[in-house]
Amino acid sequence: MSASIPTETEKTPALVVNGVSHSFGDRKVLDRVSLTVEQGAFVVLLGLNGAGKSTLFSLITRLYDNVTGEIFIRGFDVRRRPSQALQRLGVVFQSRTLDIDLTLMQNLKYHAALHGFSGKKATDRAKQALELVGLADRANEKVRALSGGQLRRVEIARSMMHHPDLLLLDEATVGLDLGSRESVIKIVRDLVSKDRIGVLWATHLMDEVLRTDQVVILHKGVILYNGPVPQLLTLTGTSSVREAFRTVTGTKSTIEEAA
Amino acid sequence: MSSQAATTAPGGVPVMYHESDDDARRRLGAAGYFACFKGIVWREILRYLHQRERFLSALVRPLIWLFIFAAGFRQTLGISIIPPYETYVLYEEFIAPGLIAMILLFNAMQSSLSMVYDRETGTMRTLLVSPFPRSFLLLSKLLGGVSVALLQAYAFMLVAWFWGIAPPPITEVKLFTFYDPPSWTGSLIPTMTDPVVTSLFSVPSIIQPFAGYITVIPAIVLAGLMLGSLALFMSSVIKQLENFAGVMNFVIFPMFFASSALYPLWRIREASPMLFEICRLNPFTYAVELIRFGLYGQVDTVSLAVVVGCTAAFLAAAVFAYNPSKGLIARRGGPGGSA
Repeated sequence: MSASIPTETEKTPALVVNGVSHSFGDRKVLDRVSLTVEQGAFVVLLGLNGAGKSTLFSLITRLYDNVTGEIFIRGFDVRRRPSQALQRLGVVFQSRTLDIDLTLMQNLKYHAALHGFSGKKATDRAKQALELVGLADRANEKVRALSGGQLRRVEIARSMMHHPDLLLLDEATVGLDLGSRESVIKIVRDLVSKDRIGVLWATHLMDEVLRTDQVVILHKGVILYNGPVPQLLTLTGTSSVREAFRTVTGTKSTIEEAA
Repeated sequence: MSSQAATTAPGGVPVMYHESDDDARRRLGAAGYFACFKGIVWREILRYLHQRERFLSALVRPLIWLFIFAAGFRQTLGISIIPPYETYVLYEEFIAPGLIAMILLFNAMQSSLSMVYDRETGTMRTLLVSPFPRSFLLLSKLLGGVSVALLQAYAFMLVAWFWGIAPPPITEVKLFTFYDPPSWTGSLIPTMTDPVVTSLFSVPSIIQPFAGYITVIPAIVLAGLMLGSLALFMSSVIKQLENFAGVMNFVIFPMFFASSALYPLWRIREASPMLFEICRLNPFTYAVELIRFGLYGQVDTVSLAVVVGCTAAFLAAAVFAYNPSKGLIARRGGPGGSA
């Protein structure tokens, strides 16, 4: 039985993207993108709107297949073994995806069903996930009654219900006030440190990057930098991620010419 | 099993353990499939029950046709005795199956539009990111829509029953086959050839008075599946969220009016042979006939074959469109075409 899954070990990275390119017609959206999210790592994917972040997320979540390159979630190829890969994946999409007329519990139980849980097990998971984001007391309220930040927290709870190894968040803090933003970020960072899940956090808000994070700068479909924050600052001779981002993306043309 | 229970860390924050491989596999077993199916169908029903306007409009629309349109047309249209009718029927009784099919049609198109909307808001993506096979997810979603349509159809039939429009008692369930080459659509027009009637089984006397309400279920489910899979396919083809008026003008109205829903086809043939041919090519006609025969405890083989065939074709097209490697969404660039 155990021999059928040889790839997954303690050290298997949560996510490996290897040489992925993608085009829509003639428009090349991603060009040989490679990145790794280790277990317990918080990786920030920095990019402006249209950089290719959403396309990359669509490929990782298998909305459509990558034509070139490979994507592994905890060692499972997303194309060849989609069920095993998707089972280990939790996603918070940029757009709101909860049914506002239903209660928090009904929403979460729907998601539990999508992962094969039913009955008491689904209820337990839902309660547990709501505790995680501090909304357990509002389980039977309608989603409509929640604020923007609380909505996001429910979506994080939902994405964690099936205990994934990899959590993708696409611009999770957009449109939130400062307090909500901080609480959302804190919840996710806690998941990383306590649970050792791997997080890929896509954003265009530079102030969300901590010095301990790994940062990936995606610009016009090309990865311009991939590594720790201090090294990025040293390389660019800047003192903030914002400046470093400007420097890196601004010199893009010369990098391309050199390559 | 024990390894995946949650414990609480010293700080009071729940810690989630990673699931063992065995547990993960078990979740994708038969019980997991059933849980997933149930969850998707239940969500459709819950959502529907929370949208009272949708419930009301779905009920009011066919009732207006029944009470106003049918009352007005009763005098101008004579209905000849064609199967499944064994005696003259009121026009109201004739259009009731067509109106049930109309409920299915509207429901399917509305859910198709909601899928286009879902695709843009991300709800569809939450569905598609589930580890179960995509065709299974889409089929479950389809059956969820059909369940909602079934509820609507029964609400309509209940009101019609109060109005005195109900299927007759049924003593046995029969299979009707018309050998009427080259048209093969003998049920649509009175023919000289008698249909071959095969008795399938007799109905216990205790349920005979309302057996039509039961025998119509498979017909409604099949017709709902056919229209639902057509709508599902459309939802992948329609690029942006378009207004309902467009779908209404270009899909619902032509399908509904160029069919046997409102008038018997032999009447249409007298008026316009070309329109008759169009109606005969319209799959919706066969959905209507399947329901019409179903209400009378009968199965019309031609309608059954056409509806099953069309369902298979539309479903295959829809699954293809949502296929991650070849599908239309992949080619076009995903939800809303955003990069």
